[in-house]
Amino acid sequence: MDWHQLWEITSAPDNIPIVALLFLVPFYAWYGLRQALENDRLVAQLEKDPAMAKTHHRKTQPWKPGWSREVHVWPYLMRIEFLAALIVTFILMVWSITLNAPLEEPANPNLTMNPAKAPWYFLGLQEMLVYFDPWIAGVLMPTLIIIGLMVIPYIDTNPLGNGYYTFRQRPIAILSFCFGFLGLWVLMIIIGTFIRGPGWMWFWPGQTWDHNRLVFEVNRDLHEIWPFSAVIPQTSWLAKGLFGGAVVALYYLLAGLAVHKVFVLNEFTRKIYRRMGLVQYLTVQFFFVTMLGLPVKMLLRLLFRIKYVWVTPWFNI
Amino acid sequence: MAEKNNAKPNNKRGLTALLEQAQEKSKALKEKVIEEAKALKEPEKTQLFRSIFRVKHDEQPRNRALSVLTNVFFHLHPAKINRDAVRYSFTWGMGGLTFYLFLVLTFTGVLLMYYYHPTKAQAFRDILYLEHDVPFGKLLRNMHRWAAHLMIITVWLHMFRVFLTGSYKRPREFNWCIGVILMVLTLLLSFTGYLLPDDQLGFWAVTVGTNMARATPLLGHEGPFGAQLGMTPYNDVRFALLGGSIVDANALLRAYIWHCIAIPLLAAIFMGVHFWRVRKDGGISGPAPVTLESEVKEAKGPTPVIMRPSGMRE
Repeated sequence: MDWHQLWEITSAPDNIPIVALLFLVPFYAWYGLRQALENDRLVAQLEKDPAMAKTHHRKTQPWKPGWSREVHVWPYLMRIEFLAALIVTFILMVWSITLNAPLEEPANPNLTMNPAKAPWYFLGLQEMLVYFDPWIAGVLMPTLIIIGLMVIPYIDTNPLGNGYYTFRQRPIAILSFCFGFLGLWVLMIIIGTFIRGPGWMWFWPGQTWDHNRLVFEVNRDLHEIWPFSAVIPQTSWLAKGLFGGAVVALYYLLAGLAVHKVFVLNEFTRKIYRRMGLVQYLTVQFFFVTMLGLPVKMLLRLLFRIKYVWVTPWFNI
Repeated sequence: MAEKNNAKPNNKRGLTALLEQAQEKSKALKEKVIEEAKALKEPEKTQLFRSIFRVKHDEQPRNRALSVLTNVFFHLHPAKINRDAVRYSFTWGMGGLTFYLFLVLTFTGVLLMYYYHPTKAQAFRDILYLEHDVPFGKLLRNMHRWAAHLMIITVWLHMFRVFLTGSYKRPREFNWCIGVILMVLTLLLSFTGYLLPDDQLGFWAVTVGTNMARATPLLGHEGPFGAQLGMTPYNDVRFALLGGSIVDANALLRAYIWHCIAIPLLAAIFMGVHFWRVRKDGGISGPAPVTLESEVKEAKGPTPVIMRPSGMRE
């Protein structure tokens, strides 16, 4: 166990935000989900007791008859804003006095940094480069993430949970967002920071970053692996392209079926599913299946050392 | 007949209301006249607070509301809000903090600009000068750096909160989209700033980052179908970003202009729309009373069955 190495990574000034992220994200996830479960209990109680649902007990915050519905912004909101600004200013001051912003040697194109890491918030994309070609990891995926985020309001046909924390009323939405945000985006940033060392090689936390380490991994394309290698002519672009295309199509079909099974899992999800139009449904399917493609490809690479699934003369996936 | 009977009391009520309004107005006018007369009589009694804030400093509900509404900086707020909307457990305060950090970054950024030249010869030396000779220069640079990192975290947590509370749902769909754009702009702001110290860290981070642009489909010289469309390292999208085929003087200048002028302006415009829409869409979404599953209506829209995937099996 090389504690020094671990400390060096953790205490690098530009990694401080990630260390903060390690605490802040789980805290706020817990903070939100705790309220969600609390509200779910309230909802379950109200579903059983329709008379109660007609009273102020629907409110998720404490309320007593006679309390005014609204409060003055001055001072009740502005004092909070002022206090928050003060606290953050204080934190920033202390942070800036105690820790210096990193400054390395002057830029030198002839001296490559190893590892050359992107800014920490893009490390997820850089980690994706291991599993996909740059045009997917660096261009297509970011575009799809942005578009995927923007279409969320238009494909989520579930009217419940508007303006309060809940889990039971929107399980698929919450789980898939948490999977994408916590399980893929934040986790890959953490991998990119703490695990990836020189040569973008995998070093477990506490393992020394050995700049001379060599890894004799042979990554192969799917069609080079038995039994496919026995069937597919290895020199024919056409055969390889058709095979890879068929595999990708099969993945989209199977994953799409699996996603569909989730949509029709129980009476509640079926109710939401019935509210969906065809365009909405296909959009959801596309983004879900594409998002799932990332961990699938990661596992294929990490467990089976598969480089590409689909090889063509123009692009590889 | 019934209609007439109904109309009469309504009319009466309308008249009394009008009368009351007129009385109130004349009362306010009278007070104003008395006050102005007083001011004429006692010229030595100035009203400093009121001259600045336009309302008296007292605890009348009317003046509390006016002190928000008639202040150019506070008028983003409504005069009154839902009593629960101020609860930290619901809002997490992340959106507001993001905006505050943007202000901090603008302030420290403008101060930094006084000491910085976006040229290869001077950029790195300017940072050294800032760190060692400018009074509080080190603090200034540190604050700018850390506030930028913090802003990214607050943006993400803001998005997380908005998702968990379902606040992107009707009628706030479009404001969510604007929020996504603002998040991307925040990341780009931070990324363009990364190159400016012109050190190894920034140079290689931006090299790694913009190398991905080589692989843009159709528009990058290493991307799918790029070569077929005549893309070379000297005319593709990466060249446009860097103003050259390598990260050099032009890239530094471009990053500087994106970082200090173009993206902050864009972000300011989108922020204006974002805040305006928060108000127009009825304030923040909650904490709202819960809706029950039993109240969700079955979909019976005009959409034909064939356009509903759920209807296909029927």
